[in-house]
Amino acid sequence: MSRVYLDHNATTPPRPQVVAAMVGALRACGNPSSPHSFGRAARKTVEDGRARVAALVGAEAEAVVFTGGGTEANALALAGAGRILVSAVEHDSVFGAVDGAEAIPVDARGVIDLAALEAMLAGEGRGEGRGRGRTLVALMLANNETGVLQPVAEAARLTHGRGALLHCDGTQAAGRIPVDMARLGADTLSLSAHKMGGPQGVGALVTAPHVTLVPQLRGGGQERRRRAGTENVPGIAGFAVAADLASRSLGRMGTLAGWRDRLEREIGTMAPVRFFGREALRLPNTSCFALEGVASEVQVMALDLAGVAVGAGAACSSGKTEPSRVLRAMGVEDGTSRCAIRVSLGWNSRAGDVDVFLAAWGAVTARRSLLPQ
Amino acid sequence: MSGGVDSSTTAALLKDRGFDVVGVTLRLYDHGASLPSLPSLPSLPSRACCAGRDIQDARHVAERLGIPHYVLDYEDLFRNEVIAPFARSYARGETPVPCVLCNRTVKFRDLLGAARMLGAEGLATGHYVRRVDGAEGPELHRADPARDQSYFLFATTRDQLAFLEFPLGEMGKEETRALARRLGVPVAEKSDSQDICFVPDGDYARLVRQECPEAARPGDIVHEDGRILGRHGGIIHFTVGQRRGLGIGGGEALYVLRLEPETRRVVVGPRRGLERLRFPIGGVNWLGSGASIAPEGVRAAVRMRSTQPPVPATIHGRGGDRAEVILDEPFAGVAPGQACVFYAGNRMLGGGWILRGDAACP
Repeated sequence: MSRVYLDHNATTPPRPQVVAAMVGALRACGNPSSPHSFGRAARKTVEDGRARVAALVGAEAEAVVFTGGGTEANALALAGAGRILVSAVEHDSVFGAVDGAEAIPVDARGVIDLAALEAMLAGEGRGEGRGRGRTLVALMLANNETGVLQPVAEAARLTHGRGALLHCDGTQAAGRIPVDMARLGADTLSLSAHKMGGPQGVGALVTAPHVTLVPQLRGGGQERRRRAGTENVPGIAGFAVAADLASRSLGRMGTLAGWRDRLEREIGTMAPVRFFGREALRLPNTSCFALEGVASEVQVMALDLAGVAVGAGAACSSGKTEPSRVLRAMGVEDGTSRCAIRVSLGWNSRAGDVDVFLAAWGAVTARRSLLPQ
Repeated sequence: MSGGVDSSTTAALLKDRGFDVVGVTLRLYDHGASLPSLPSLPSLPSRACCAGRDIQDARHVAERLGIPHYVLDYEDLFRNEVIAPFARSYARGETPVPCVLCNRTVKFRDLLGAARMLGAEGLATGHYVRRVDGAEGPELHRADPARDQSYFLFATTRDQLAFLEFPLGEMGKEETRALARRLGVPVAEKSDSQDICFVPDGDYARLVRQECPEAARPGDIVHEDGRILGRHGGIIHFTVGQRRGLGIGGGEALYVLRLEPETRRVVVGPRRGLERLRFPIGGVNWLGSGASIAPEGVRAAVRMRSTQPPVPATIHGRGGDRAEVILDEPFAGVAPGQACVFYAGNRMLGGGWILRGDAACP
């Protein structure tokens, strides 16, 4: 059985060059904080990585703070903020990270309601109280479940006009579409290596020069006192290679979009399917849709047994599954969102993967006739 | 795969026989969320991802066997289809059998449907019953009397039965454990599960009180001759046939004869007051010959409790899913809410739910 991986939004397979770079870094002993030759070599790996990750999003190297992943980068960005407004479709690492965050609604396409954001910001002052306690708007660039893109630049203009800061969760977007820190106007931008062909357990918060972070891990001077702890040198080495390769292969994303669109056309002819976010600007690699009457987890199981890996909303390892908060925010009934799955392509996808998916998923749809009506 | 020895051994046995086995564990409840005050369990936030011990055990077994394993979250389903009806039934003064509801809905409707969607050719469980292929299709037969679970499977339909396999049906518990050891099942020594899985401490009253608070309101304990003997703290504390715990000392031995939720009365009396000769049943499932039970009656042996040896009776179809059971001899211990299950020898012919009825022996 040929196995096909179509769950790149959960994690991407590390590229072979990434693995090679990481193995090299693992073999080379050295703490970047040590002054001897071993330490200096490790320091070079980290600083070289910082520059390459920064380059992916058009930032200066100093802007990059390495973290233990996207979740930590988001937590660091939110720390110390006063009032926090988050889009209703943010990832849990933003949405569930702070008590009392206010949700900015989205429309049926999954796109943030800018007028609502403007109204929510209406009471804010202009440019007062820099540093701690400032109002923060958190808006992701691309949604993990639907791939829907948000108008971050417009939101940033509105936000800055009211003297507030904007944090952008770029974990799903970076490496899949061009991301430019300055063009987005974000004050902070979080990245995750394992969504772009890099390793799990390393991410970054890219920070505009005027932003003062509130460190969450303290006691060491690493990352210019913004994140204590010995750097994840092999992880950073892998992240750097992944960022380079992702940046260079953005041109291939049009091909992925073509395959994704073909997949959507074909499944639409096989069964009554409801697509989510299809009317909005989306990532080129993501498709999210529901097959009414067949629970997401059952579709995922059946596809897995056929060798095809896809995602089903947010599931945790104990099997506790909640209806998707993202789809609910888009006005989708829980009964429908419980039947939603996500197909996400990536750097190692091939044209034939779509055919393998279509055959396996077609078999699932055909079995619906076995169920009592 | 519940994580227990029976379903684990079932999986191991089928794998050993060369089947392409897929393990599924149902996540049915979260003790941290639904029973927050249990002292023996850590209290968890309601959204906690608490991989229960049993789920971990099942996953571990599947890993050892080298089979794919999945968890299906049926918590909402289980609450709506099993726990809530259990509580409502209890509040009506009945003695419910939640395992029947669970088998009929969660396991043999929803899990079975999922198995079909996976392209499976059958669903195997660790129940101690036997499926025998008879002239008119698959039949359900009793297993070893010490382990037989056919009582809890009376509501299984013919369609479901055709898709089901019970590989442990020929075995006793010790045989199962020996087999588990031989096949290297990691939970071979794990103790058997509780009576009612979602009430591990046996305190049904608290659960019923949560779902149906009115059943916890006090009322009178009344003798069947009309005398008021005392007060009670809610009918949830009583079941029909119960003797101890009435709080009435001295005199003749008294039993709970019936519960009257409308007036919150607990009616007690001497043991002969429990005797019934005939009683109505509803929700009847028929697995015997023909499409339904003839009005003129079918002879069978019947069990009104899971632990009771079958007694002879005639069952009369009464239209729809109703029937009436007429026992050859009066029987003490016919409690509304329990299942009445029919047998012809070892073959299980179906059953129904015992309804309240004024059919006391004259």
